[in-house]
Amino acid sequence: MTTNRREFLKIAGVSTLSLIAPAIVCPAWAKEKIIPVSNFPEALSPSKALTAKRWAMAIDASKCPADCVDCIAACHATHNVPDFGNLKDEVKWIWREDFPHIFPEVNHSYLPKIARARRPIVLCNQCANPPCVRVCPTKATFQRQDGIVMIDYHRCIGCRLCMAACPYGARSMNYRDPRPFITRINPDYPTRTKGVVEKCNFCEERLAKGLGPACVLACKEKALVFGDMENPQSEIRLLLEKRFNLLRRASLGTKPQIYYIV
Amino acid sequence: MLEKSLKGSRGYWIWIIFLLIVTAIGFIFYLRQLDYGLGVTGMSRDVSWGLYIAQFTFLVGIAASAVMLVLPYYLHDYKAFGKITVLGEFLAVAAVIMCVLFVFVDLGQPSRVMNVLLHPSPTSILFWDMIVLSGYLLINIFTGWVILSCNRKEIPPPGWVKPLIYLSIPWAISIHTVTAFIYAGLPGRSFWLTAIMAPRFLASAFASGPALLIIFCLILKRYGRFDAGEKAIQALSKIVAYALAASIFFVLVELFTAFYSQIPEHAQHFLYLFNGLEGHTKLVVWMWTSAALAFAALGMLIIPPIRRNDGWLAVACVFVFVSLWIEKGLGLVVTGFIPSPLEAITEYVPTGAEIAITLGVWAIGFMILTILYRIFIAVHDEKENP
Amino acid sequence: MKIYNGGKIVAGIVIFIIVVTFPFWYGKGKPSPPPQLSLDTPAIAQLQDKRCVEDVNFMRANHMKLLDAWRDESVREGKRLYTAKDGRTFEKSLSGACLKCHSNKEQFCDRCHNYLAAKPSCFSCHNIPGEVKK
Repeated sequence: MTTNRREFLKIAGVSTLSLIAPAIVCPAWAKEKIIPVSNFPEALSPSKALTAKRWAMAIDASKCPADCVDCIAACHATHNVPDFGNLKDEVKWIWREDFPHIFPEVNHSYLPKIARARRPIVLCNQCANPPCVRVCPTKATFQRQDGIVMIDYHRCIGCRLCMAACPYGARSMNYRDPRPFITRINPDYPTRTKGVVEKCNFCEERLAKGLGPACVLACKEKALVFGDMENPQSEIRLLLEKRFNLLRRASLGTKPQIYYIV
Repeated sequence: MLEKSLKGSRGYWIWIIFLLIVTAIGFIFYLRQLDYGLGVTGMSRDVSWGLYIAQFTFLVGIAASAVMLVLPYYLHDYKAFGKITVLGEFLAVAAVIMCVLFVFVDLGQPSRVMNVLLHPSPTSILFWDMIVLSGYLLINIFTGWVILSCNRKEIPPPGWVKPLIYLSIPWAISIHTVTAFIYAGLPGRSFWLTAIMAPRFLASAFASGPALLIIFCLILKRYGRFDAGEKAIQALSKIVAYALAASIFFVLVELFTAFYSQIPEHAQHFLYLFNGLEGHTKLVVWMWTSAALAFAALGMLIIPPIRRNDGWLAVACVFVFVSLWIEKGLGLVVTGFIPSPLEAITEYVPTGAEIAITLGVWAIGFMILTILYRIFIAVHDEKENP
Repeated sequence: MKIYNGGKIVAGIVIFIIVVTFPFWYGKGKPSPPPQLSLDTPAIAQLQDKRCVEDVNFMRANHMKLLDAWRDESVREGKRLYTAKDGRTFEKSLSGACLKCHSNKEQFCDRCHNYLAAKPSCFSCHNIPGEVKK
């Protein structure tokens, strides 16, 4: 595992450089780490995997164009998220939401109109202290060493206690078989079956192959920054150091790991 | 003793066949739910629990009927309850079985239900709820059955039953407390996030359980040739009155905190219940009905002449039952989701299939209860008219 | 000793025995031949050493346990590589490893599962490579 960390620190170092040199804004690892996925198992070799002590994401909502859904489309296509076309059965991992609904504690009528009109994206907060993990009666939802909150779709019994426990509405239930409602199935990622709960997994299956999250790579505006919060030199840490940012409902003590730059 | 349930009047068999038909209809719809998924219900992404879990929550309360008889009889030697503790225990058995069934039909992947045991999770309240509910079920089946057998043989119950009965008292408290904790420990669901949730559950349970028991005693008195005794029924009705008063008081206390503090997060759920939010008013009529019935029942129960009249007492107990069914079985669960964490107001209406399955589970419960009570009456008859 | 309702009880026992043993005498004399599993796929044809992850006997008896272990290790522990007894490494992936060689799921997996009336639910989520690409 030491090689992993060294590898990551190397990457982090490069991305730090990219911040210092203002000409290169783009996260360097995102460029460099895109490798062909075809040649298994080499692509899976542990040295290529992206690892961290605590994965997190920063979202610069001011960069999100009004009607852009690139990150959503990329995520949902990658993970075979179905589109049922109705609100009742709806399954979503990442979506856009009105600023006042995301930050009810911050919102008031005299915030700049431009801020209130924003529709940042929301997704699973990958909480460091996740209530969903605490309440799951089968450990189907669990937290990895690197902070990612996972759902083991093999084990989920569909009791939906985690949906009640999530203060962010990040989870969706498969109220019916999702397969007929997936426009084009991505063969590299499984679908879900009816009766299980699903949500964003921070692209853990891509991290294992050395790829960054699909949403981050899909964003042309570079509004999403992904990285290790425990590494003070990581791009995300340096960015959050410079820019004022908010967490969703921080007062609940769930320690969300999605940081909103406002 | 079980064979005694095979003998009964015509009315008994018509009732059993009726319950079987309702169960069968529910089962057919359940097969449909198994095939299609929980999408056959009215539940949605925003309101992810509905009628099933609400019935479960309400029925945990009904299961309290046993402890309100056992406690006075065994701890305070209140002899009037001696005749009917078994009725309370059998009602608890039927109620807990319904609870378990309601949780089961609510699962998205029922075939994996054993995962709860294969991967025990002590941090999950649902895991503990399973333990306390199954324990309570076993305790009540054992004590009820053993005591009834001993009554039949006219011998004193064996020594080992006593500790089990004493255990059932704190255990009954635990089933309500743990069920309340399922709700009361969730961050971000401000409607449920209240320390008074467990006391509220206990108060409403000690009202609804004994109220249903009074109704059954009055039915048995009229049609079953079994008289629980004036003293026992009056004592029960006082228990209902006190518990109902406490239950109403706890709700008012909640309303005070929500509306006097004027914290929107807390007030909006109660506003949805009693006034409606942004034109969404599906529960308003129900909740005011519940409130009116509760106050009417309280008035009837605390005025002695009304309480002592069997007819009025029955009406009051039906009011208590209906009122608390609306409060727990309709209002409490769904409203926790309205509005959602993202401030969306999605209302919930159960579908026909969902109602059919719900009625099916109730029918199973009533069938178990009818059979157990039939045995109880037969044993009683045998003793009275040998 | 007198048996009450003796006739009914005996009749009941006889009916019970007939019902319980029905599958045995109904299928008697009609041996159901074990299915022929096909290994005829392009990927397998290209293999020099025609060896699965482990040897045939092990796979035949234990593939379900192996897949269960793979499932838990890769999802829950993030250990995605399997080192076989002979030292070769494989990705722990049903669609990405098993079905890469056994691309004829119908002639391989399904035939035996159908024969044994085993209904694994793997493929309600996991993709069958040939099927989804169309």
